[in-house]
Amino acid sequence: MLEGLLIGLQTAFSIQNLLMVIAGCLIGTFIGMLPGLGPMSIIAIMIPVAISMGDPSAALILLAGVYYGAIFGGSTSSILLNAPGVAGTVASSFDGYPMARQGKAGKALTIAAIASFAGGTLGAVLLMVFAPALSSVALLFHSAEYFALMVVGLSAIAAFAGSGQVAKAVIMTVLGLIMATVGEGALFNLPRFTMGIMDLQSGFGFITLAMAMFALPEALFLVLKPKDLKGDDGEIKDLRITKEEAKAIAPVVGRQSVQGFFIGVLPGAGATIASFLGYAVERNIAPKEEQEEFGKGSIKGLAAPETANNAACTGSFVPLLTLGIPGSGTTAILLGALIALNVTPGPRLMLDEPQIFWAVIMSMFIGNLVLLILNLPLIPYIAKVLSVPRNYLIPFILFFTLMGAYIGQNNATELLILVGFGVCATALKFADYPLAPLLIGFILGGMMEDNFARSMQLYDGISFIWERPMTLGLLVIAALLVLLPSYRARRARARAAGIADGD
Amino acid sequence: MALDRWIALVLLGVCLTYGYAAWFTMDGSLPPFMQRNPIWPSTFPKVLSILGIVTTTIILLGFEKSEIKEADIDYRRLGDYHLDQALMLLALMVIYALCLRPVGFLISTSAFLILGSFILGERKWHIMLPVAFIATGAVWYLVQEVLGIYMRPLPGIFGG
Repeated sequence: MLEGLLIGLQTAFSIQNLLMVIAGCLIGTFIGMLPGLGPMSIIAIMIPVAISMGDPSAALILLAGVYYGAIFGGSTSSILLNAPGVAGTVASSFDGYPMARQGKAGKALTIAAIASFAGGTLGAVLLMVFAPALSSVALLFHSAEYFALMVVGLSAIAAFAGSGQVAKAVIMTVLGLIMATVGEGALFNLPRFTMGIMDLQSGFGFITLAMAMFALPEALFLVLKPKDLKGDDGEIKDLRITKEEAKAIAPVVGRQSVQGFFIGVLPGAGATIASFLGYAVERNIAPKEEQEEFGKGSIKGLAAPETANNAACTGSFVPLLTLGIPGSGTTAILLGALIALNVTPGPRLMLDEPQIFWAVIMSMFIGNLVLLILNLPLIPYIAKVLSVPRNYLIPFILFFTLMGAYIGQNNATELLILVGFGVCATALKFADYPLAPLLIGFILGGMMEDNFARSMQLYDGISFIWERPMTLGLLVIAALLVLLPSYRARRARARAAGIADGD
Repeated sequence: MALDRWIALVLLGVCLTYGYAAWFTMDGSLPPFMQRNPIWPSTFPKVLSILGIVTTTIILLGFEKSEIKEADIDYRRLGDYHLDQALMLLALMVIYALCLRPVGFLISTSAFLILGSFILGERKWHIMLPVAFIATGAVWYLVQEVLGIYMRPLPGIFGG
């Protein structure tokens, strides 16, 4: 391994390749900030540039830089404007945006940058150590397990339900699942619930829904009740994190790097589930008083999804590099780029072309480091976005919301759907319905139904639930995730009523 | 009845309609070879409709006691807030959506940004106009020229 590391270092530390990383990170960060252009589309856009360079190592290094930059840029818009452009950063807005509202935008961005850095770097270490062994684990996961994993992801909704809110969180999830069934499913090739409208044939767009659920109601609230986004004294303060805060998030970062990485290894699961699960797990194991903070600007609640999300992105390289199976849309595009550069990822890549394998891993380290170095000084300027006068900021938020939905689909009907759902979401927000579960249900619903249908067909019935131990185990975990908070709440209520705990 | 229960009532209606579509309208048109499948396109929606109906009923009948929290905005006194501005901005967004294709990106976006800040009470034309034009131009250049995503810049009659 040491030899491999040295080969990688040698490749990655040429001046040309260092410039590639820096350029990639910058391009990724700035384009990633536009909602609607996620890592997948940015990498797709950068592919012609990368291929024309001819050198596979340099190309991959550039693309890795773009990838990490885009993920960080996506977190920026979800923290500052509550406009998550990528499914993987939705969970970052749960606590990141409240922090920005409290005038701690700078701190939130710093935490996001550091958590991403740690997640990415630890993920790369794990990748280095485990890649060869993990490839066989990834193959153990069948569609039944994927279905169970989605159920675990959905049980994350329990993390959003306050006391007396469980039914509301559940109905929002069901609504999200219902919306996911609109359009043509991959398995049936029949349009469902489209009411004969052509534009619904392919279902609702993810970005349209994300913008309608988060960004638009938030902007409307800002219009209805003017409130300064800056801190009380109009300064963006608190850029640095204190020692206590660093101590508080360190274990979160450690746990989520590992958990996120292993979820990312599973093809198809990826950064989205990793970030939701990371958020849910951290909320469940946090002490009672800190649990109240989640959703209101908890630093742990921000660090968890950010770390998990980046670690999972790194983890998704395991099946790509060792098996040649892309686990996510982004890695699928990278696979295309690799093949165009005459490199075939697969079990033999590590033996035949070690310099590429190790250069990719090294470029992950360098990409993360460069991103941190570039972005920490930029954060005060990025956070300044919020000090733009309200009269200009709000039209721009609305414009970027609309643009995000438009660029993805190039369909103006999408914009009307966005406004319609945005109004509905605002009404739901008035009545204190949580909106995040709806989006989680929507994101996971399609995948869940596909995997469920596939395992039903393979086992000719529902018997796979008890015949596959791993499926059963995951479903039990899901049940625990839902039941634990309500058990805790019941116990707390019993205690409040003056009944002792038994022993 | 509080707003959250009104919404539950609406959602119950949605779930009932959805359930009706799933239980009674979808299976008839299923081709014979698919009828032998253990799972039908309507299986998942059927389960969802039942789940949805049960949960909305729970909220509607108030089985779950929720604490009354102080909301950010009290919807009972919407008139106290800047409701007119919000409604006008929504209308502007709809108009923008309808105009984007026929009028072209450059004109409709500049107009959207200028009218948006005008509705919010901005009257400094010497700042509004340049900001809107520069931002529109920059975004268009980035998306169309740099990223290569086509957006019709001008109205169709100018060949855009």
